[in-house]
Amino acid sequence: MSPEPVTTVPAASVASRVSGTLGIEDRPALAVDIRGLRKVYDGTAAVDGIDLAIPAGEFFGLLGPNGAGKTTTLRMLLGLTPIDAGSVRVLGMSIPEQEREIRKHLGVVPQFDTLDPDFTVEENLLTYASYFGLSGPVLAQRIEDLLELANLETRRRSRINTLSGGMKRRLTLARALINQPELVILDEPTTGLDPQARHHLWRQLRRLRDRGVTLVLTTHYMEEAEELCDRIAIIDAGRIIACDSPRALIAAHVEPWVISLSARSARRFIADPSALPARMLEIADSWLIYTADPAAVRAELDAAGLPHATRAANLEDVFLRLTGHDLRE
Amino acid sequence: MSRAHRPLLPRPSLRFIPVWRRNLRVWRKMMMPSLLGNFGEPVLYLLAFGYGFGRLVGELDGMSYMVFIASGIICSSAMFTASFEGMYSAYTRMAEQNTWLAMLGTPLTLDDIVFAEAVWAASKGLISAAAILVVASALGLVTDVRALLALPVVFLAAFTFGSLALVITAVARSYDFFLYYFTLAVTPMLLLSGVFFPLQEMPEWVQRLAFALPLAHVVEIVRPLMTGRWPTGVGLHLTVIVSYGAVALILATTLIHRRLIR
Repeated sequence: MSPEPVTTVPAASVASRVSGTLGIEDRPALAVDIRGLRKVYDGTAAVDGIDLAIPAGEFFGLLGPNGAGKTTTLRMLLGLTPIDAGSVRVLGMSIPEQEREIRKHLGVVPQFDTLDPDFTVEENLLTYASYFGLSGPVLAQRIEDLLELANLETRRRSRINTLSGGMKRRLTLARALINQPELVILDEPTTGLDPQARHHLWRQLRRLRDRGVTLVLTTHYMEEAEELCDRIAIIDAGRIIACDSPRALIAAHVEPWVISLSARSARRFIADPSALPARMLEIADSWLIYTADPAAVRAELDAAGLPHATRAANLEDVFLRLTGHDLRE
Repeated sequence: MSRAHRPLLPRPSLRFIPVWRRNLRVWRKMMMPSLLGNFGEPVLYLLAFGYGFGRLVGELDGMSYMVFIASGIICSSAMFTASFEGMYSAYTRMAEQNTWLAMLGTPLTLDDIVFAEAVWAASKGLISAAAILVVASALGLVTDVRALLALPVVFLAAFTFGSLALVITAVARSYDFFLYYFTLAVTPMLLLSGVFFPLQEMPEWVQRLAFALPLAHVVEIVRPLMTGRWPTGVGLHLTVIVSYGAVALILATTLIHRRLIR
């Protein structure tokens, strides 16, 4: 499969959303500017020619199956993976030359827990802040604010191993905000969280976006990306195969309605699929019927007496359509 | 690309200090058991070897065996403490707790981090040496103020041993790996560097081997200082210690970079 190159320059300007809260009026228009990025491991391209322009203030999502190149791309943004070809500019500065300067203005929420187990909640924030050279009363106030934001005021003296998964994630996000970053990079921030914890984190992320912070997120949860992101790039085999707003992606790549029915019903029903004004897809134990004309399909199913359910197409349908159904390692 | 551009010499910045302070903060939480070990172990060694053995040995190099061994274990203890810190503790921070990975999300570089770990290992070595000095003074084994000059030498030596340990950490796949280094390098050095008995008793080739390694040079400087004499050949001894440390730090930084930045 060799998809057409996709341009990723956004249609709408987000300059209007850049709020004054951060006091950064003269920051570069593009928070992230990646061109022709490549990374090869043992002869296999993990990232195979990615172009990506993320304007300041945007909430951007990177989606893709396991091994598609999401994490490698993020690592290159942080200078944690050497670049084989192409260029990466972050906040108007280039990697690797200005890595240290860039990271002063960056917040990172890594995929795995990197909190310091020897310290309490508060000590974790204090220690992490010291790596930025932050100290004194300004920092003390900032830590208070972040503890409140993370809902951890009562746990400030708790050891890390006494925290729940959701608390750890909240603390990790709070830690990433200690330097008041212009850009926050989140690698699967909600993996393993229960729905309540996930919604709490979503609310924090939206608040950041409203304050003008640029956010770049990877996730496996399609509803999360659809819910949060202004724009999404779908990556497969190291390339961007689609990039647009969730709504535009759905409109461009799948029919607006999806009707599902069980596999057993389907086998009785579908003698001649081409007769239907629809596209059919078998997934695990059910069939999905994609159509622009749900009424016609439903009439057929009703006539055959088969139970079915109709819903609007979503990002997961786009994702499956573009990346296929084969299991990834 | 960035690997090719990486200069051979590490370029740590003053930002290493917060990393060092982080380790100090953790140490302070477990200060009591740690200090108990620092003070308790030399007391046991001195009493057991000094009284048990000293009775048989009598005098060595014109000093009581207790004094001889006190001025030896101050060096070996710094080596052990710094080596442990540079291996088990640093490996835990690198591979188990992802502490360094978290630091790489901040303006810190691996050059800062590795240098900080070496300085921290040196600090722990210094703490253990200082504890022995206190114990030895309390037992009346050290009477000359020159003994204080041994401390900066021990700090430098512990930096070297910490850096050497970080090289092993850089290539380790598990904690078990460190036993190779202890068995093949640390223990032979301990036994062949004049810590427990004078090197002159050993065959010529063993002496040459001993002086090819750093610990014997540390003992050569520290023992006279501890016993009220001025050491000789200090320039040569320091050159060997510093060279080992510098090469080890460069190697450790390069290997850890290769391991984590990929």
